[in-house]
Amino acid sequence: MSQKSKKLIDKKGLRLDGRKPDQLRPTKIEVGILANADGSAYIQQGKNKILAAVYGPREAHPKHLSLPDRARLKCRYHMAPFSVQERKSPAPSRREKELSKVIRESLEPSIFLEYYPRTSIDIFIEVLQADGGTRCASITAASLALADAGIPMRGLVAACAAGKIDDTIVLDLMDTEDKKGGADVPVALMSNLNAITLLQMDGILSFKEFEKAVNLALKGCMKIYALQTEALKAKYMNVKEAAEE
Amino acid sequence: MSSIVVRVKQKQIEQLIAKGKRLDGRGLTDYREIQIEQGVVERAEGSARVLLGKTEVLAGIKIEVGTPYPDTPNKGVLTVNAELVPLASPTFEAGPPSENAIELARVVDRGIRESKAIDLEKLCIKPSKKVFIVFVDVYVLNYDGNLIDASALAALAALLNTKMFKYELEEDDVKIKPGRTPLPIRKQPIAITCAKINGKLVVDPWLEEEQIMDARLTITTDDDGNICAIQKGGSGWFTSKQVLETAKIAKEKAKELRKKLVKA
Amino acid sequence: MKNLPTFFERREIVTPGDMLAEGEYVAGENTYKEDKKIYASRIGLVEYGDRNISVVALRAFYIPRIGDTVIGTITEMGFSGWTVDINSPYLALLRASDVLNRPFRPQRDELSTVLNVGDLVIAKIVAYDRAHDPQLTVGEPGLGRITRGQIMKVTPTKIPRIIGRKGSMISMIKQETDCHITLGHNGVILITGKKLEDEQLAVMAIQKIEEESHISGLTDRITQMIKEEKTKKRKRRKVKNESKIQETN
Repeated sequence: MSQKSKKLIDKKGLRLDGRKPDQLRPTKIEVGILANADGSAYIQQGKNKILAAVYGPREAHPKHLSLPDRARLKCRYHMAPFSVQERKSPAPSRREKELSKVIRESLEPSIFLEYYPRTSIDIFIEVLQADGGTRCASITAASLALADAGIPMRGLVAACAAGKIDDTIVLDLMDTEDKKGGADVPVALMSNLNAITLLQMDGILSFKEFEKAVNLALKGCMKIYALQTEALKAKYMNVKEAAEE
Repeated sequence: MSSIVVRVKQKQIEQLIAKGKRLDGRGLTDYREIQIEQGVVERAEGSARVLLGKTEVLAGIKIEVGTPYPDTPNKGVLTVNAELVPLASPTFEAGPPSENAIELARVVDRGIRESKAIDLEKLCIKPSKKVFIVFVDVYVLNYDGNLIDASALAALAALLNTKMFKYELEEDDVKIKPGRTPLPIRKQPIAITCAKINGKLVVDPWLEEEQIMDARLTITTDDDGNICAIQKGGSGWFTSKQVLETAKIAKEKAKELRKKLVKA
Repeated sequence: MKNLPTFFERREIVTPGDMLAEGEYVAGENTYKEDKKIYASRIGLVEYGDRNISVVALRAFYIPRIGDTVIGTITEMGFSGWTVDINSPYLALLRASDVLNRPFRPQRDELSTVLNVGDLVIAKIVAYDRAHDPQLTVGEPGLGRITRGQIMKVTPTKIPRIIGRKGSMISMIKQETDCHITLGHNGVILITGKKLEDEQLAVMAIQKIEEESHISGLTDRITQMIKEEKTKKRKRRKVKNESKIQETN
């Protein structure tokens, strides 16, 4: 009864958008684009358009919610109503609440929270346009926003997902691939300490397929990390070139 | 009572774990005593109560007739909700679901959904018009660590205990007939959670271990040993080696726990 | 000690997590040590000392230190003092008894007549620890309410660069712009000049230092910039005067 669904990978091994299995979507990152926030970053990955901003450390309000020995980290992941095909209600959904938690937990280990007791560090993520893999792109941008705010960190956290479509393990799934595919494994990595700070999975994978997917995702994270450091230094490199002329 | 673990006790727990033992005498890969009771709430279509050590979770199943989602017109609907009831812990407050309750529900849901545990196509009454909706409500009654594993087990036991109505379709009207039939369950996904404490992996963390752990990793596997859901939680991290080690442990322990389930 | 591995050139830009060195080094400012490896914790320029490795941060915020001179804004009036925004994650307190130089008498003394919300003050930090907000004093010469001048903010870590070696940079700017400049350790700077354009020139110079502090040859570029601006001004004044003479003719 069901129609034969279009293949996600063709005979030449190319995906619907022409990518090879281990190819990332075209990615552009800019740091320090919001004037009011203490730190900010914007990421465009394929059709994903995501803005991350950081305020803090600042006095925690209300005071009774502050921690005596460290800063309290808060994170809000939110999708704009016009970010998806069918308008999404602006009220936070259960998915957004879960993602706010896992994103916060992916960045927490990278920050020296214990340096700033009784303060609050607030991360705000706004997804302006979504096409699969938004939690990973959000983590990548938020980590840069924290560095841009001058908050001391153990390292930058880069995130990337791998998954299975039509029996092939692929990197960086877009929305169609995630919805029609067999599995999605988002991973976040603080590479200098070999620390995996986000790991989730939905779908079905054998143990071997899972191992392959995780390793591919980690490779993707390393590529993203290179783009992060480039974006972070870009502002200063541009000024340097101009001054040395 | 405070929810902070006294530093002296924390050191004690960590030192024992370094030697491969835990405060309650368990080994690093031992579960606490598990008790599963099915059919505890007769009004529900299915129910089960799980005791994992002192953690107590009650799961109830209600079946209703409703409309399917537009993109899956031939499939029944599964919806999972979890309540961290205030009486279960001094740290639980009344009010809308906290991020912990939402995460718990969604992780349990993922395990059941992705493993295709319920044959949702068999729950279709009239395509695009009428399907059965399966409501899984997880009710935490006492929190003493590792809610995910206990809740996933309770949900699955309740589903196995569930008796669906028999029905007759008259035009667009669903008429309930006498008699019951079990819910079509194909797979039994089991969630196994490991906590990382002082660099070591311990299975089924109890409350105080959870309070001092770096992070936790939950891996849900089905009867064939395939992985169908993973969730890392907590503000620490795992190395890739630890991730794969946890996956191996999860597959093994899931087999053990699955034996404790009896089909209704 | 000399042949232990280091991985960057002196004063290269490093980002958080970059491994700066491995071995028996000491982790200095904006770095941390894990497993015998020194990593950067902020984006900045790496400095390799004999044993100490540090990073001069390009992005940072001010954490109070006892003895620092700071410039702040009064944001709130409480029962016995004022809350001061010192451009830091922590709000500072200035007690009324400190300002009045005698115990505060709530029935007789009206706080707003001394200092009001929105006032700028130069103060010194007398107390601060992890468990309490910083406390200020204005009871020393040179401290107190600011009545005129311009305020600007820079990243606090750039203050030493603005001062320059043995004060050479800041002296040069003061001289060339004929302005009085107070540098708060908290990154807030007060500029008071005879004319508005003098103050603006000083602001321009300091902004340029903030943006280009990581590039060498800064002193020359700043001196150059100030000279160019002054020449432009002279030319403008000349044109203005000439057109005035034409009008009167």
